[in-house]
Amino acid sequence: MAIIEAEGLKKTYSSKSGPVHALDGMNLSVPQGTVKALLGPNGAGKTTVVKILTTLVQPTAGSAHIDGIDVLRDPKAARRIIGVSGQYAAVDEGLTGFENLEMVGRLYHLGARESKRRAQELIDQFELTEAGNRPVKGFSGGMRRRIDLAGALVIRPKILFLDEPTTGLDPRSRLSMWGIIKELVKDGTTLLLTTQYLEEADQLSDDIAVIDGGRTIAAGTADELKAQIGGHRVVVSLVDAADAPPAREILGRHGDGEPSVGGDGRTVEVAVTNGPRALQYILSDLGEAGIDLHDAGMRRPSLDDVFLKLTGHRTEDASEEATQKETAA
Amino acid sequence: MSVLAPENRQPENRRSAIRGGTPEPPSELSMWFSDGWTVTKRNLTKLKRSPDMLIFAVLQPIMFVLLFSQIYGGSIQVEGADYTQYLMAGIFAQTVIFGSTFSGSAMAQDLKDGIIDRFRTLPMSSSAVLIGRTNSDLVLNALSVVIMMGTGFVVGWRVNASMGSFLAGLGLLLLFSYAFSWVMALLGMSVKSPEVINNASFMILFPLTFISNAFVQSQNLPSALETFANWNPVSALVQAARELFGNTGTLPAPDAWPMQNAVLTVLIGAALMLVVFVPLCIRKFRLISSR
Repeated sequence: MAIIEAEGLKKTYSSKSGPVHALDGMNLSVPQGTVKALLGPNGAGKTTVVKILTTLVQPTAGSAHIDGIDVLRDPKAARRIIGVSGQYAAVDEGLTGFENLEMVGRLYHLGARESKRRAQELIDQFELTEAGNRPVKGFSGGMRRRIDLAGALVIRPKILFLDEPTTGLDPRSRLSMWGIIKELVKDGTTLLLTTQYLEEADQLSDDIAVIDGGRTIAAGTADELKAQIGGHRVVVSLVDAADAPPAREILGRHGDGEPSVGGDGRTVEVAVTNGPRALQYILSDLGEAGIDLHDAGMRRPSLDDVFLKLTGHRTEDASEEATQKETAA
Repeated sequence: MSVLAPENRQPENRRSAIRGGTPEPPSELSMWFSDGWTVTKRNLTKLKRSPDMLIFAVLQPIMFVLLFSQIYGGSIQVEGADYTQYLMAGIFAQTVIFGSTFSGSAMAQDLKDGIIDRFRTLPMSSSAVLIGRTNSDLVLNALSVVIMMGTGFVVGWRVNASMGSFLAGLGLLLLFSYAFSWVMALLGMSVKSPEVINNASFMILFPLTFISNAFVQSQNLPSALETFANWNPVSALVQAARELFGNTGTLPAPDAWPMQNAVLTVLIGAALMLVVFVPLCIRKFRLISSR
């Protein structure tokens, strides 16, 4: 049995405009010692899954087990083996970094001396010395997030849950957070991570589940998913919009699937398997056909591309997030 | 503190025990004590660090003391008692009841900050956050009352009763405020933002403290309000404190059961609030989640 096992999870919130199905029959299985990423846009149900598995929310239907413990029946036993760090850093701003971690240790019942020792150890390990002895308020988002993550690690949990660990961080803090997480899972901690970024899921996880509308719509390794949507995308920008049909034909010749033409009528794009080689051929064919370009290049597929491919629709961040917030409150 | 700390009873090999989970949990009772204490300490640390909370809690009652005893005092007649002596018990009751509303806004703030989610994923006692909250607000209220008594002393208020009676009065004020903290904590967990609680609590506190005997005699109020005032639990608290501090002069207690049996009414009221709201709060806490 996998260390995280959830079946048929449903969660329905009532709202003024009728019931909202945050989760609609979600299954999840994470083998011990692996990293699983739940990838999806805002409102897809990622956070709700994490909240159910970490005992914060009761599902409307379904079952959830971690390490053989029934999370719904025995939340207290579940809480003894998990570490959780959320999207919004759950630190006490009025306390220092050290006091925050020490308090968490005491509430895990590590005892006074061990709680202090572990708090200091984490402060050193996460380079939080600056925030160690001063109240957390006034420190940057990245620093708070690190303290929050350290809070999740006070007991060296069997299972670690990270809900959007880098959302809202600047690129530098994001890279440093990735480094920390990679280091953490080296020793075989099971990690369930949610993210909106394909690249993040790719960097950190062994296995990805793509979530939409409260359900898993695709699953596999990052490579498998990428093969499904094409490894790279070649994008060309035309000088003359009239060249779009022949350009489309050329891109289609070297790409996987139908090329798309952007709303401006000049940007043509296609998924490709071997990026650099396809780009070379495409440029050479376009040159032969005498089509002039403003710009040409490759880009990595985004979550949007994954979604377009898998669901036929783009992500609907803004509207779904608004409903989610209103009803979850 | 050593009495409360559960670590003495834990196995020696704690270092290995924390790998892959926490040590065996302490018993329910010791967990209840130690977790409650941990959260109380957290709140007191914050109170110590930003004492503006305390200043905010006493500033308004100090202004009320000055307003009523120095400005309106001359126009308010209390048959058989000096107005300043009469007034102070009302001020004390108002101070602790307003102080208790902090339990509500602090719970709402913790929810907003997401720290409640952190607590709820820890294997701690599910009543500890509430116990810690109400405990530290009791400390805040005790400090506020002591400051208000000092203020009263400056404007001429005196205790005309034995030490035991004085302490009983003080204890009654704090007991009532402690029980009321649980009422406010439930309210704090039920609103969407800490700002709401300040407005909502004012809507409740305004009639409770002003349609009472805190500042004027209930018999001088219009008759419907007089009945309300006589049965208002805040009036009973004020009446009880007035009696125990020896501030009633030759004034007889109003002719209504709660006024005739003020101390008993306060004890019953506080017990009722605790019996009803402690379980409601714990139940609510188990279900709430920040976002």
